Amino acid sequence: MSDVKGRRDNAAKRARVLSRTKAAMPVAPSLDGPRTERAVDAELESPVPKGGIVGVLQQPYLLRLLVRRQLAQQYAASLLGFLWSYIQPAFRFVVYFLIFGYVFKIHQGTPNFAIHLFCGIVFVHYFSETVNGGVRSIWSNRSLVKKMAMPREIFPVSSMLVAAYHTLPQFVLLSVICVVVGITPDWTGLAALLLGIAIIVVFSTAIALLLSAVNVYYRDFQNIVATLLQMIHFMVPMMYPISRIQQLGADHPVLYQLYMANPACQAVLLVQRFFWYGTNKHDGKAAGINGSGGFPPDMFLRGIITLVLSIVLLWLCQKAFSRLESKFPERI
Amino acid sequence: MSVSIEVENVSKVFSMHYHRTLKQLSVGMVKRQETSKTFQALTDVSFTVEQGEAVGLMGLNGSGKSTLLKLINGVMKPDVGTIRTRGRIAGLIATGAGFQPQLSGRDNLFLNAAILGMNEAETKAKFDEIVDFADIGEFLDTPVSHYSSGMYARLGFSIAVHVDADVFLADEVLAVGDRPFKQKCMAKMQEIRSQGTTIFYVSHAAASVESMCDRILVLESGNLNYDSKVVPDGSVQGGIRYLHYDEPETDAGDEVSSGVSARSDAALGADI
Ligand SMILES: Nc1ncnc2c1ncn2[C@@H]1O[C@H](COP(=O)(O)OP(=O)(O)OP(=O)(O)O)[C@@H](O)[C@H]1O
Ligand SMILES: [Mg+2]
Repeated sequence: MSDVKGRRDNAAKRARVLSRTKAAMPVAPSLDGPRTERAVDAELESPVPKGGIVGVLQQPYLLRLLVRRQLAQQYAASLLGFLWSYIQPAFRFVVYFLIFGYVFKIHQGTPNFAIHLFCGIVFVHYFSETVNGGVRSIWSNRSLVKKMAMPREIFPVSSMLVAAYHTLPQFVLLSVICVVVGITPDWTGLAALLLGIAIIVVFSTAIALLLSAVNVYYRDFQNIVATLLQMIHFMVPMMYPISRIQQLGADHPVLYQLYMANPACQAVLLVQRFFWYGTNKHDGKAAGINGSGGFPPDMFLRGIITLVLSIVLLWLCQKAFSRLESKFPERI
Repeated sequence: MSVSIEVENVSKVFSMHYHRTLKQLSVGMVKRQETSKTFQALTDVSFTVEQGEAVGLMGLNGSGKSTLLKLINGVMKPDVGTIRTRGRIAGLIATGAGFQPQLSGRDNLFLNAAILGMNEAETKAKFDEIVDFADIGEFLDTPVSHYSSGMYARLGFSIAVHVDADVFLADEVLAVGDRPFKQKCMAKMQEIRSQGTTIFYVSHAAASVESMCDRILVLESGNLNYDSKVVPDGSVQGGIRYLHYDEPETDAGDEVSSGVSARSDAALGADI
């Protein structure tokens, strides 16, 4: 008992010294005027901000600020600045084009091989950047997460928007090239394009959301993701036509199903259906790659199922995020 | 008067995860050691604050003051109990604002203001005022990681006081400010107080709590042991006495040097 008192006295003594030296505070006199009564026109409610991707999208101004800052930050102290987001995909494109086009002679059986490849590069770039940026997003904004009350989904979502901002000019470039080469768009192709974009956006956001939260607890994830993303280029049909995979699929049905289940692979296929197939149709080259352009006949059905599953996945990832999020400030 | 902050039976438990590797984890499992330890930072804390009240929160280091403020601010959620607040909350928690170190002061100003609920027009209208008050001069476009800790706190405080919040939280914000800035801040907080904003003020300096607050709460290792509104004959002075912060210093060696500064502090305090 006396021990407790002794300890408290000691602590009180330390605090007194502290209050006198370090924390010595000037004292301002109370303003003696009448105190205004402040009528607050709001409900008594939990101070925790309403989270969720929906809550985040309702704060467009904050989201815009974060995206703009993130972009500015990426190019701070760099000479080439914004150009870097083109150099990397351009370089990759050239390497793949030379190796797979000329060394492996893929372009012989695949008319407009460059467009075939570029479709993949653009969308895989978007996917990789969303996931790669997303997984780090919360950890790298930890100084904000620790002290400010805000819906934390805003960080992976802004990573996704930053990736979209970088990918959009590539997408425009792809469209321009297709127009120059000569594209005959059709409604089926357009539907495929929209479906492909929807799949990749929803799927990559879901993954970024989940991994950003998990990465707060185990920082291994940002390395795991970076490692796995290196493979993604080989797991979508861009350096080789899908028909090669279909030939293999006859002997290895399980592997084929696994390959086809990859949402990024389906998105690339659907996008190629619009751009690449569109540029081949008019001069009958498409006939050479059999009537449907070599695309799997069940491409649309698969795509719709994948989109539905991706939406469910996004919902599940949001649930998981909300659970993990409540411990962020204390784990950071 | 309406209720501004309502805290009901709030407890907060931290799990102290040591950063462990897979190896340490598996060894721990095999030896059946406990894999995590918990620490109760707040135990069954309840109180209600009316709009316009100025509440001082005192307690020794580690007694849970910053934790309580984080819960009221909405950064953390309580494990047990509920917290409800009314209106916009602004303030600084545990010395310093939530800034992005790589961003400039200007960018952080806009970002922070946006998080606190100000829109673009509002921020632009108050921009000059905020910068003037913070008085960080030409460092506005320097990354805040290059700021001195005082400048960091100045900018954070300046943003927070210009938000026009209904609840203002201040947790040792001024601990690193210099004397002129502290005086400016105390005067500003008195002004905010007079506008009817609820104030929650954490400080180890008894005199400044006494002048700023109508009510005092004392936390002792996570328990709310003194609430001047609840305790019979409670007063701010009573809370400070409860904490033994008013006792004369007995340590003779310390007395000479710190005594002088204490007296000059008191004199200064009386002056302004
Ligand atoms: N994220 C965390 N994980 C584990 N323990 C924590 C965490 N945050 C705070 N604590 C513990 O909770 C207790 C209360 O901390 P808190 O910061 O609220 O103290 P305080 O009253 O603000 O002290 P001070 O006067 O030093 O500012 C401390 O013992 C601290 O170690
Ligand atoms: Mg503290």
